[in-house]
Amino acid sequence: MSLMPRRKSGPPVTGVDKNAFSYRAFRDLKLNKYIYVMLVPVIAYYVVFLYGPMYGLQIAFKDYSAGAGMWNSPWVGFKHFESFFESYYFWRLLRNTVLLSLYELVFAFPASIILALLLNELRSNRFKRTVQTVTYMPHFISIVVISGMLVDFLSRDGLINNVIAMFGFERTAFLGEAGWFRSIYISSNIWQSVGWGSIIYLSAMSSIDPSLYEAARVDGANRWKQTLHVTIPGIMPTIVILLILQIGSFMTVGTEKILLLYNPTTYETADVIGTFLYRKGILEADYSYSAAVGLFNSVINFALLVLANAASKKSGNNLW
Amino acid sequence: MTLKRSFGERLFDVGNVLALSLLTLATAYPFLYVLFASVSDAQAVVQTRGLLLYPKGFSLEAYKLVFMNPSILTGYANTLFIVVVGTALNLAMTALGAYALSRQNVMWRNPIMFGIVFTMFFNGGLIPTFLLVNDIGLLDSRWALILPVAMSAYNLVIMRTAFQGVPVSLEESAKLDGANDFTVLFRIFIPLSMPVIAVMILFYGVAHWNSWFNAMIYIRTRELYPLQLILREILITNSTDSMMTAVGGGDRMPVGETIKYATIIVSTIPVLCLYPFLQKYFVKGVMIGAIKG
Repeated sequence: MSLMPRRKSGPPVTGVDKNAFSYRAFRDLKLNKYIYVMLVPVIAYYVVFLYGPMYGLQIAFKDYSAGAGMWNSPWVGFKHFESFFESYYFWRLLRNTVLLSLYELVFAFPASIILALLLNELRSNRFKRTVQTVTYMPHFISIVVISGMLVDFLSRDGLINNVIAMFGFERTAFLGEAGWFRSIYISSNIWQSVGWGSIIYLSAMSSIDPSLYEAARVDGANRWKQTLHVTIPGIMPTIVILLILQIGSFMTVGTEKILLLYNPTTYETADVIGTFLYRKGILEADYSYSAAVGLFNSVINFALLVLANAASKKSGNNLW
Repeated sequence: MTLKRSFGERLFDVGNVLALSLLTLATAYPFLYVLFASVSDAQAVVQTRGLLLYPKGFSLEAYKLVFMNPSILTGYANTLFIVVVGTALNLAMTALGAYALSRQNVMWRNPIMFGIVFTMFFNGGLIPTFLLVNDIGLLDSRWALILPVAMSAYNLVIMRTAFQGVPVSLEESAKLDGANDFTVLFRIFIPLSMPVIAVMILFYGVAHWNSWFNAMIYIRTRELYPLQLILREILITNSTDSMMTAVGGGDRMPVGETIKYATIIVSTIPVLCLYPFLQKYFVKGVMIGAIKG
């Protein structure tokens, strides 16, 4: 690549160490001045809106009061963390968060892979496209509308209960019973995201070398064997990367959707750290305590991400 | 393929088509139900027990009430503003960042990229972000829904990858002709990356259109509520009362039901109209996003 800059006729550079950092930095600034102008708003955005809140995390270790401000509020160490760990909510929140995430990982994550495998086996391209067009669609519908439809369909006199009653069974107030919450949450998630999730696997499959399939066929492999020994290994790197990313957001299960669907009668199974943060932090304005809970959550998340990535390094499919 | 298929294989094919047809039906039916119910006669919907396979009767009463409702109209206007201004800002910021960070000869390229990607995995979280938005005086303003989400690191990665695919020779010859980086970006890179730009418009636009959580925590004034917050009131907290002051006493209950369905349709139509045109692009976008780095 010949991206070397045109030398403008300038003052001679004799007597200057061309490898010195300051020299290179100065030259780079001059040469790429427009690039740095472009980067100003981008960096400003990240510094203010993403790194600003990281600086603000210090209130987790302080007794924040709006009057004193972030800087002048007194340090209190791990007080807020301790009171969270000792609180009645801690185990319930942890259990709900972990369970919902785990179910998501066990049921929803493989669902897109299975859908992609099934779509890949279809012979008719038109049918394949139809299935894809329809199953991608719910991904673009807002979570408010999806939740609204769930509330309507699952209500006592809603669609689902009407069908159940048609067959002579008892009506159930699905969203009012803690025992139903997890199933509703996970199955509606699968419904909404399975098609969209399959895109990436399908594209990974389309880049598998066709000669591998031919070789397998020559060796007498049937379609099941081909799937097992060619297709699945072919999409393995994609699966691992997505798995790491999913694990990296393990502690942040769909707060927004839960906020829309839960109510005090289902807190027992539905209340997760994210929703607790919203109630404590935003509604009750208990800033320092909530910031501590949030930090605890982020740290676990980040640690899980690093661990998952380290584990996958052995297979060579790591994120970094 | 002329190879003879075994019985087992044919059985699988039939089962596969059946299973996928069922999935397609299960995905589409809830929307069809909502569509049918929204144009049905309100009284008939309440009386119908069970599945709706076609509209029962025909009435646009619910739509009339939706469009007469001042909250829906201001919500629509607020959302349109946020989508247009927000997406424009998103595109500008992402294009600038992607171009700058795709140039090989910029000295601080890698550390800056690291600093940006890091925020995808670790951030300050809800409360510190809320306090920041509050501190800089954005609370209860539309800008609170635009500025804090001015760009996304994920989309930056997608656009950067696309820009890295533009042939270097084009840039070089433009620069020899005296073009600066801004000219190169706007005259060469953006026109050559229209499919990715389309993907970005879709991703950012839909995200703005659908977002409600930030509005819920930052917006206090009802006149500033975006559409999704109004929807939440109607669909989740079930208060269609405000819309039905125009309706006479006895008819209230049934119309309340169909209003919900009509609201869903009205709020979802814009996204669904764009969807078929952009479908071929977003598949590409997801694929580029999947590539490391």
